[in-house]
Amino acid sequence: MRIPLSWLREFAQVPAGASAEDVMAELVKVGFEEEAVHRPTDTLQGPIVVGQVLSIVKEPQTNGKTINWCQVRVVPEGQEQTLAGDGIDPSGVQGIICGAHNFVEGDKVVVTLPGAVLPGDFRISARNTYGHLSAGMIASVRELGIGEDHDGILVLSRIGLDPEIGTDAMELLGLYDQAAEINVTPDRGYAFSIRGVAREYAHATGTSFTDPATKVQAPAELSGGYGVKLNDDAPIYGKPGCDRIVARTVRGVDAAKPTPPWMTSRLRLAGIRSISLPVDISNYVMVELGQPTHCYDLDKLSGDIVVRRAVVGEKITTLDGKERALDVEDLLITDGSGPIGIAGVMGGAATEVSNSTSNVLVEAAHFDEVSIGRSRRRHKLPSEASKRFERGVDWHVADIAAHRVVDLLVELAGGVADQAGTDVGTAPDAVTIALPAAFAAQRIGIDFTEEQITTSLVDLGAMVEKNNSGWTVTAPSWRNDLETKEDLSEEIARLVGYDNIPATLPVAPPGRGLTRVQQQRRRLIQALADAGLTEVLAYPFVSKAANETFGVAEQGAARSAVKLANPISEEHGFLRTSILPGLIEVAKRNHSRGFRDLALFESGLVFLPGGTVGTPSIPPLGVKPADEVLDALYDGVPDQPLYVAAVLTGHDSPAAASHTPRLWDWSDALDIARLAGDVLGVEVVVSQGAHQAFHPGRAAQLSLRTGEVVGYAGELHPKLLAAHDMPARSVALEFNADALFEAAADVIVARHISTFPVATQDVALVVPQDIPADQVLEALREGAGELLEDVALFDVYAGKGIEEGKKSLAFGLRFRATDRTLTADEASAARESAVALAAERFGAVQR
Amino acid sequence: MTETLPGAAIPNPTDEAAITAAVDQAIAAIAGAGSLDELKAVRLAHTGEKSPLSLANREIGGLPKDQKAVAGKLMGSSRGRVNKALADRNAELEAENDARILLEETVDVTAAPRRRRAGARHPLSTLQERVADIFVGMGWEIAEGPEVESEWFNFDALNFKPDHPAREMQDTFFVEPPEAHLLMRTHTSPVQVRSMLERELPIYVLCPGKVFRTDELDATHTPVFHQFEGLAIDKKLSMADLRGTLEHFTRQMFGDGAQIRLRPNYFPFTEPSAELDIWHPGAKGGPRWIEWGGCGMVNPNVLRAAGIDPDIYSGFAFGMGIERALMFRNEVGDMRDMIEGDVRFSEHFGMEI
Repeated sequence: MRIPLSWLREFAQVPAGASAEDVMAELVKVGFEEEAVHRPTDTLQGPIVVGQVLSIVKEPQTNGKTINWCQVRVVPEGQEQTLAGDGIDPSGVQGIICGAHNFVEGDKVVVTLPGAVLPGDFRISARNTYGHLSAGMIASVRELGIGEDHDGILVLSRIGLDPEIGTDAMELLGLYDQAAEINVTPDRGYAFSIRGVAREYAHATGTSFTDPATKVQAPAELSGGYGVKLNDDAPIYGKPGCDRIVARTVRGVDAAKPTPPWMTSRLRLAGIRSISLPVDISNYVMVELGQPTHCYDLDKLSGDIVVRRAVVGEKITTLDGKERALDVEDLLITDGSGPIGIAGVMGGAATEVSNSTSNVLVEAAHFDEVSIGRSRRRHKLPSEASKRFERGVDWHVADIAAHRVVDLLVELAGGVADQAGTDVGTAPDAVTIALPAAFAAQRIGIDFTEEQITTSLVDLGAMVEKNNSGWTVTAPSWRNDLETKEDLSEEIARLVGYDNIPATLPVAPPGRGLTRVQQQRRRLIQALADAGLTEVLAYPFVSKAANETFGVAEQGAARSAVKLANPISEEHGFLRTSILPGLIEVAKRNHSRGFRDLALFESGLVFLPGGTVGTPSIPPLGVKPADEVLDALYDGVPDQPLYVAAVLTGHDSPAAASHTPRLWDWSDALDIARLAGDVLGVEVVVSQGAHQAFHPGRAAQLSLRTGEVVGYAGELHPKLLAAHDMPARSVALEFNADALFEAAADVIVARHISTFPVATQDVALVVPQDIPADQVLEALREGAGELLEDVALFDVYAGKGIEEGKKSLAFGLRFRATDRTLTADEASAARESAVALAAERFGAVQR
Repeated sequence: MTETLPGAAIPNPTDEAAITAAVDQAIAAIAGAGSLDELKAVRLAHTGEKSPLSLANREIGGLPKDQKAVAGKLMGSSRGRVNKALADRNAELEAENDARILLEETVDVTAAPRRRRAGARHPLSTLQERVADIFVGMGWEIAEGPEVESEWFNFDALNFKPDHPAREMQDTFFVEPPEAHLLMRTHTSPVQVRSMLERELPIYVLCPGKVFRTDELDATHTPVFHQFEGLAIDKKLSMADLRGTLEHFTRQMFGDGAQIRLRPNYFPFTEPSAELDIWHPGAKGGPRWIEWGGCGMVNPNVLRAAGIDPDIYSGFAFGMGIERALMFRNEVGDMRDMIEGDVRFSEHFGMEI
């Protein structure tokens, strides 16, 4: 909401020297955030005066254009030029070159004299051009920054002005005024008016306020006017779409008369473009009182006005010239010809006032907020009117606003008001609220005095009646946001000032600290960072293709993913089922910035829709839903486990003197996955895996001891890397962190540490190439029995001396007994039994 | 250099002058030895079998009995002096040798390569932990919930009326199909609702997490950002308790000088509602109030939606943005730096914030 200060001053005590910033500093105290300042003088400086064109000499130019060499009087004849400066002619007559042709000798115009500055830092000075010294400029509205009119220069008579020569044109055009722009929260519809803001300014400053509504002398009753019927057969939530219409008629107006500059200037500062005198008047009253009104060309109306819902197939051409198909829920203003307006949103083109209109019907109505909001959304037609109606307009101001429009039409457009008028509808019941005596103090924490409470509420416009237990408060008709005692407590706190709220620190009951999962998550993320990986946070929006490439699905099953109804880009219209697509994007971005050695990781939720998606309906607000309804809500939310993924490209460390960095390879991906398991105390079992995003021979499936698959690690598929312009041999891993958290042991039982001597034995086994080393190791572990303390693979060899299709695996076995020193024979026997099991399972032969 | 003394006369072991001369000669040679190799040659020449002293010593056996003792004593002390000089010089030269080797092994420590590199946490992630730790220290618990949420938890349970403009102002991402009433949470408040439904009273929880709005990414907007919201439900909580909690928190977060300001505002889920500003003495362009979030007393309709009796319990709630905190606390000028994942951004912060 933009508030021109000259307008605000009419109804509130704004100090003469106050700026828009000063006004905003007051309004912020009562809850209106500062948005912007609109002040023409920030970009416009005089001297800018009224001049009269004495003579025009047309001088054709070689380029085919004709320019005008004008003598313009800027000081009344017989008076002296009091201005001085470069290019100011002491005679009071300026010679000016002008390219526009829309004026004649004798016209009064706006002259920007040398020394003036126009918007865009356009400095006016005397300069030689077209063979003359042109000392100033005859200005257009566009050059002054007050309009978009391209039709040449501003001729003052055409806007109804005949000022004295030499008059300060900035004053004349209202350019010394300024506007404060504030943000109005959606509950405060009343503050979309000078009336509402002036009242708030009075609250903020403790000064007095004049209600603009009380300045209008509207007749107490209206009758005999234009026929109007309210006929809503499909109210929304049982509330009629329209519960009041006032219709007034004014005859013999000159709709083509210019709007006076004081009005256009205020409207312009309020952010509203001047259209025509009747429309400007209607808008002016809307800004002043908060009540939108509409002017119809009375002669284009046929039959009674009926307010009703649309019927199937109905259409209307709105003021913006667009034909719109109507929905049966749209509330319409209709006459005998059909729809003449979408109620509260936009009028129809057919009954619009035009320059030739002489008889006007003024309509001021009160509409249901929800109905207007839905129509506005449906037709995507945000308007100044709908903005106010959908937030709520004062029911009681409709007749006052209509009368104010009538008054202005009579005063400015020369019309005559009909005595007869129409006012149909029923006022809603006033809202009364019981406010227990101690309630506000309890809720806010300030010991309010009785006087603070009642004064605050009365200042708001409420009626306050004391009773045994506190007060009965009748909310003002313009405050549809006041319904409960909590609402009233906010108003009291707001007017007394939030700064007066003391600070007390409540003590929470003893807590449990972070949960186990929260601690596990922190440990995991920190461990990955400590291991040299850099944490990033990518967006969860991905393409369908990315989900198909990186998602995991049961063999043959379709991959499902959550699709957004209104994504920012259609290309990224799905929610991720894997962290990797985002990480790869981030890796590519880093590559493009010159960083090719990367180790990136992210932890985040992935979205895995299951059987049920959402619920067909949702329960109402303010009531706890039944258990089965709640269960359905919970069940409808897709599974969203925490995944952790990493991408490694290039080298493991920067090249340096005496240090050759190593290229990351597939085993690093596995190593990181295992490290993740280690820090959580979970064994990550690695086996040869198959995943479409990975190299078919260099991918590992990661599982738990239970067999549950938790992720993948290895080298990314060469084709995928090529397609993404990623370095060859880049590796990645991803796992379900929630599954690891869950698998972590609760309590670890200590193991006896034997101090007897160790016996180590090595063994080399030849097995077929396709036997995983891990399984051979497992066989050795099982076969060796209890005496085995540890076994590790220390060499893999294939080639000379080993049969084709086979490989040699060398293991180191460490034996120790808990109760004695092992003999060499005992250790050897254990080794032999280990080898025997490997031989049995895989045909392993000792080398 | 004295190596051997071929043809030299064998000194008489009773001739003290001759023996002393031989000793002096040996000691001079020992002192003159500049390396362990030279010293080895000197040792051979002056204490070896053919050295004058050894030869003289050998003469003792042929002396008359009465001279033996004198000669023995003379030779013993003389050879002792020579041996001590040898041992001392040997120790000296060894020490010199060791020192030289160590000196030769000198490296340029400034040219050491970095082989192990610590990675880095994302500052949004560490800042969230820092905030959580402050509240955990106050006895609060951390609550979390899903990012794709039922519309009821995100809006209706929070007293957003179906047609109220406030609902639209949330710029919500909806999920297909719209009839399923699923969306991406626009705030972490649905976690508050879940907490109220699932936890025992009283409740003191902090709900950090990712939230989503349909804003295009630019320097000051991002469609995905992070929030933390707090909720306290207890008997007799007032706005003064809210202010006290926020003051305590901001002091823990920004230092003892931190100040807050509450301004009236509107949210469907709180009544009264307030905007939280914090005083930023180090702001670019001079000290000023910075808008950080919203707060207020929980609307009774929200309590009712969770089955809590608003006549017995009251509560307060607040919500602040992590990105915004990072912007004003750590002077991050452009929101895009936080989401693009440029390694320089995270690595600059390292592990701490």
